[in-house]
Formats: sequence, C-alpha cells, structure tokens
Amino acid sequence: MNMIEVQELTKRFGSFTAVDRVSFQVMKGHIFGFLGPNGAGKTTTIRMLCTLLRPSEGTATVAGFDILKQPNKVREHIGLVAEKIILYDQLTAAENLTLFGRLNNLPEKEIKQGIEKWLSRLHMEQWRNSQVGTFSTGMKQRINIARALLHHPDVIVLDEPTLGLDPQTTRAIHEFISELSQEEITVLLTTHDMNEADSLCHEIAIIDQARIVAIDTPRNLKRLVSEENTGVIDIEIANPSEAILSRLRQMEAVASLVETDTYRLRVRTKGSNAVGSIVAAIASEGGQIRAINSVEPNLEDVFLHFTGRQMRDVSTGKVPSSHRPPWRRRASRVR
Amino acid sequence: MFQRAKKVLVHSYHLAVKDLLVFARDRLRLVTFVIMPIFLMVMTGYVFPNQNALKNAPLGIVNLDVGPVGAQIVSALSQPVSSQGEKMLKLTYLQSEAEAEQRIREQEVNGAIVIPADFSSKISAGQQATITIITDQSNPQISLMMSGALETLMSSISNQMATDKVEKLIPEVPDPQSVINPFVVKSKGIVPGNPNYFEFMAPGIMAMVIMMAAMIGLAGSVSRERELGTLDGILSAPISRLSIVVGKSFAQGVRGLLQALLTLILAVLLFGVVVHGNLGLLILLLILTVFSFIGIGIMISAVSSEQETAMTIMMTVMFPMIFLSGAFFPVQQMPTALQWVSKAIPLTYSVEALRKCIVLGTGISGMLTEIWVMLGFGVVFLAVAIPVFSRVTTR
Repeated sequence: MNMIEVQELTKRFGSFTAVDRVSFQVMKGHIFGFLGPNGAGKTTTIRMLCTLLRPSEGTATVAGFDILKQPNKVREHIGLVAEKIILYDQLTAAENLTLFGRLNNLPEKEIKQGIEKWLSRLHMEQWRNSQVGTFSTGMKQRINIARALLHHPDVIVLDEPTLGLDPQTTRAIHEFISELSQEEITVLLTTHDMNEADSLCHEIAIIDQARIVAIDTPRNLKRLVSEENTGVIDIEIANPSEAILSRLRQMEAVASLVETDTYRLRVRTKGSNAVGSIVAAIASEGGQIRAINSVEPNLEDVFLHFTGRQMRDVSTGKVPSSHRPPWRRRASRVR
Repeated sequence: MFQRAKKVLVHSYHLAVKDLLVFARDRLRLVTFVIMPIFLMVMTGYVFPNQNALKNAPLGIVNLDVGPVGAQIVSALSQPVSSQGEKMLKLTYLQSEAEAEQRIREQEVNGAIVIPADFSSKISAGQQATITIITDQSNPQISLMMSGALETLMSSISNQMATDKVEKLIPEVPDPQSVINPFVVKSKGIVPGNPNYFEFMAPGIMAMVIMMAAMIGLAGSVSRERELGTLDGILSAPISRLSIVVGKSFAQGVRGLLQALLTLILAVLLFGVVVHGNLGLLILLLILTVFSFIGIGIMISAVSSEQETAMTIMMTVMFPMIFLSGAFFPVQQMPTALQWVSKAIPLTYSVEALRKCIVLGTGISGMLTEIWVMLGFGVVFLAVAIPVFSRVTTR
C-alpha cells in the first residue's frame, strides 16, 4: 500500500520553477530519501506535502487524502520535522508537547501517555520540565521529533534531521528512524548527506534543479552506475613503468586513470570484459599485478552519473536572497 | 457546526495561552511592556505645559512712576505663586521702554511691563491711566500665558482701586461692585475640578497604546513565529486558520488592554487624572478599541513576510493615524480635508469616546455613534483580513 503518492507536482514562484513535475510513491513503513544539493527543491516538495504550500500544478495524496481537497485530513496523518525546530524556547518540553497534542485534538490522557512514551524512548524524560531554550541543538531535535510523533501520524517528514548535530546524536537519530520504519511509520527524509541516504533509506530519489533524475533503492542506483560503466577498479602493480601507463591510457576499456600512489592505479572502466583486457595489457608490458580490487561505487558516483556534476560543487548554486530584487525575495525564502 | 465553532475556540484559547505564557516568561519583553506606557505618560505629561503653570517666567519691569501706585503694582507682581508653590514671575528691573524692548530681543525676558511717569499723578487727578504690556512675539505660547496672567493681575488691582473710590464717592451704594461691573460672567464646567492638558492626553495615549499592541504586537508576533519556524508547526496542525487569527488576536488584545489599564493607573496616580465616567464602560471601550484594530494588524502581518517589512508598513500607517486622530491635537483645528481623513480612522472614534468617558463622565447613550463606528471598522477589517491571512499562509 502506498502511503504517499505524488503526481506531477509542480511549484513555481513567479518565473522560477522550484519543483518541476515531480512524481513518486512511498510504500507504508518505508524510508524514502530525497537526495540533492541545497536549492534542488527538496524542502519545497515537502512543504507542499505538509499543506504549507499550494502546488502550482499536480497533486498528491498522503495516507489516502488529497493535499488540495482534504488538507486537514492530511495534517492529521502527517508529522513534520522541519529544518527549523518547531518548539517554543520559553516553554518546557512537556508544555510544548502538550500544546501540539491539543492542537491535534488529542485527549489530555493520551497526551500525557504520549509524552511519557516518546520522551523515554528518546532518553529525554529527565528534561521534561525544563525550558527548551536551555537545551542543546541535539536535545531540541529529540523533543522536536517527539512533537512530530505525538499524534500517531502515519507519515513523518524529516527535513535534514541531522544537520548540524554531533555524530553521537546523529547515530541515535538514525537508529530511531529505523525503529520507526519497523513500526510501520512511513518516513520521508531529505538530506544531502550521502551516507545517511545510503545507510538509512529503502528508496532514494535524486533531485537536482527542481527535477527527480532517478528513483530506486540505493543498491539498484549504484548497480545502475556500475552496469553502464562497468565500474571502478584499484590495481596494484609491483613494477609500474611509463610504458604500462601510456598503454593503458590508449585503451578503449579505460575511461579514466589516476595514480593514487607509486604502486596503485584507480581505473574507471567501460565496456564488457574491460578488466580482462586491462590485465592482459599490463602483463604484455611486463607488469606484475599484486592485487586487483573492484571498488563499489557510492551515491556520490550515482549523483555524478545522473547530473554530470559532483554534489558538493552545486551546493553553492543557490542565489542568496539579498542578491535578488525585492519582489523576488519571497520566493527565495522557500528552500 | 456547533462542534466546529467549539473546536475553533478551544484551539484559539490554547494558542492564546501559549502566546501569553511565552510573553510572560520573556523578561526583556516584559520590561519594555511596562516601560513603554510610563515613558509615553511622563514624556507627554511633562513636555506639554499645562495652562496655569507659569513658572519663573522672566518679566521686565520699567517703573517710571515716582508715586505710590506704581510701587503698589510692582509689589503685587512679585506676589503670585503657582499651585506647586513656585513663583510665577521672575522680575528684572529696567530703566526704559527701549531697554525693555532690547532685553526681549536678546531673549533675556519673555515680556515687559511699563508703568509711565505720570501714572500716580493721573490717577489721583481723576484721570484714566495706562499700563503697557510688551509681549515677546517669538514665543507665542508663553507670551499668551503671560499677558493673560498680567491682565488678570492688573484688573484685580485696578478693581480694588475702583472699589475704594466708589465707596468714598457714593457711600450709599450697598455693593460698590455693582457700579464698576454691573454684571459678571461666570464660566462653569459640567464636571467638578479643573481639567488640565493631561486629561486631554490620557485617553489618546491609552488608545494609542492599544493600537500599537494590536498592530505592532500582532504583526510582530506572527512574523517572529514565521522567522523562528514555529508558525509551520501551527499551520501544519489540523486546525482552522481562524483559530490562529483569533488566538493571536486574543493574546495581543489582552496585552494591549493590560497596557492601557497600566496607563490609566499611572495617569490617575502620577498626573491626577480623575475618571468621571463608569469604569465598566471604560473597559468596554478599550476592548472595542482592540477589536477595531485587530483586522489591520492581521492584514499587515499576513502580507509582510519579514519582521522588518511589517515594521516599516506599520510605521507608515500608524504615524498619520496618531496625528490625525485627535489624540494629541484637536481635530477641530485641522484643515477641512484632514478632518475628513480623520473621520476615516478608527483611532479618532476611540479617542473621542474614551475622552467623553474619562473627562466628561458621559454614559453609553452619549457615545453610541463612536461605538457603532468602532464595531463597524472591526467587522469590515476582519472580514477582509481573515481570508487574506488564510490564503497567504498557504501560498
């Protein structure tokens, strides 16, 4: 059963298209990751699904409810952990949770039980009656996640949930997200952290410049890269020479070649039986091969493959709002 | 239908309580909340002079008369004392009328009085004598107050002299005053006591404080939550947009009301303002004032996405309102065109009604127009603002 179904979702701010005909489905209990650089349209998509933005075209259903026709039903079934923490610094953890429980029409008793349950699961029970303003970012984020889960949503949406957190809290939150998925809660997650996406998500959509360029499981995405490219190998040669190198560079099976140190080469190969012909070429030049390792491509390679750019290169591509004319500023506020 | 209305109210209530709690725990905001009305009160109370408070005003005296009457007048001039126990006039003795004019030009004195050489002799010879008051035209307000005070003083001295003469000439008249002034004019207010300029000001300040809370406070609170990101949390909860508007308005309304009451208490304790009207009616008027401004506040906060924009729009709207509403300057003295503009500002009616209630003790039947107009403003602005707000918050 699909918990989220998105069809041709588009959002334009004036002449700028933030999200361009995005479609995808997320199965119940799955963790779905949006991977892409800043400004790619991840947050805008999420804000539309949370009914905080109205799509220019297309629509979506969350837990079976249309975001345009039944926004309040969608809101009942979705929990939002936005990039900015949705808690009031002057209220205590319990007061914050109680407020949002009440806004979600939960009975008082259920709110109390929910607070106990989530605070203890997130190891925050001793901070129940402290003002949130005194917390560290990691502690705030835990309470923030508890707030998003208090009303038993079917779907929880996390926008860059581990951005700026220490490794320990990040690991704890990753574990917690996996637990949620085992409890049949559907998770929609945005990130630009490759490892987070790789280790956590059942499925990943790579989004770049307002469009989804690929959707699949992390393994399939990586396999797609290695099947078309035949992948990357590290070769260790005992007696490397200029002759071997120039021979290899002329070969069709070698897409690129880098000397990683004196004895080691990293070769990006293409074509079938590329490895065989490379080994033969080295041997015919008198080279002694000590070891060959096939290198598993990572999501960075996947992103590079689909967009032709490295992700960290494009992360500065966003126009800062102060450089836009004032009538366009509003549009730029939405990431 | 009833269920839905109840839900809207319950959600509004929780949101309002949250806003007030957040506010009450923010010490800095609490301090500014108390300081603002005090500052406004003290500023307007002391900067704007009250009518009979001539204090140590420098006055030049040119006494050319050698007879007894001139000396009598000079000694009378050094007598008057203000209600605070300070001397009203500071006398400087000068030699000639020309010197007096010179001193006024140099702004050493704010006016002068000239008693001519033949003053005593003319009076004893049965002729009418003249005293000249030279006014300082560069300072109309002080000069007006000074000539007023001097004329009163002089006429009472001259009256005393006339009484003595009449008693001597026609001893058979029972009251010599009936010959000098066959009748007198009495002015009488409709409430006891002497209203000062501050009683005129206090209602204006109260209305203004409420207007600021309802407009600046509301827009500021919405745009602050927008910038903090907490507004997304409220907007993504399954509640009516109306609840957000009502909750925010209620919280800001309570703050405005408390601030206005604080202003009133200060006015009564520090500046001797007396509330002649019904206290319940006064509070009703304050609530109506809140109501008439909430809509504008919501509209501005919906339209402006950043705190800074909100503040700029606010200032542009508020300043003309304050000055054209009659809060500080009487509307009747404005040009006709501005008087019409003034009629389109809710603050005008609020100030008018509050003034009637506080200064004149008018009952509710005497301010029905103002009440209806305020209600009307509130309803119209809200009817426009609420749809605008709910549309803008989900773009």
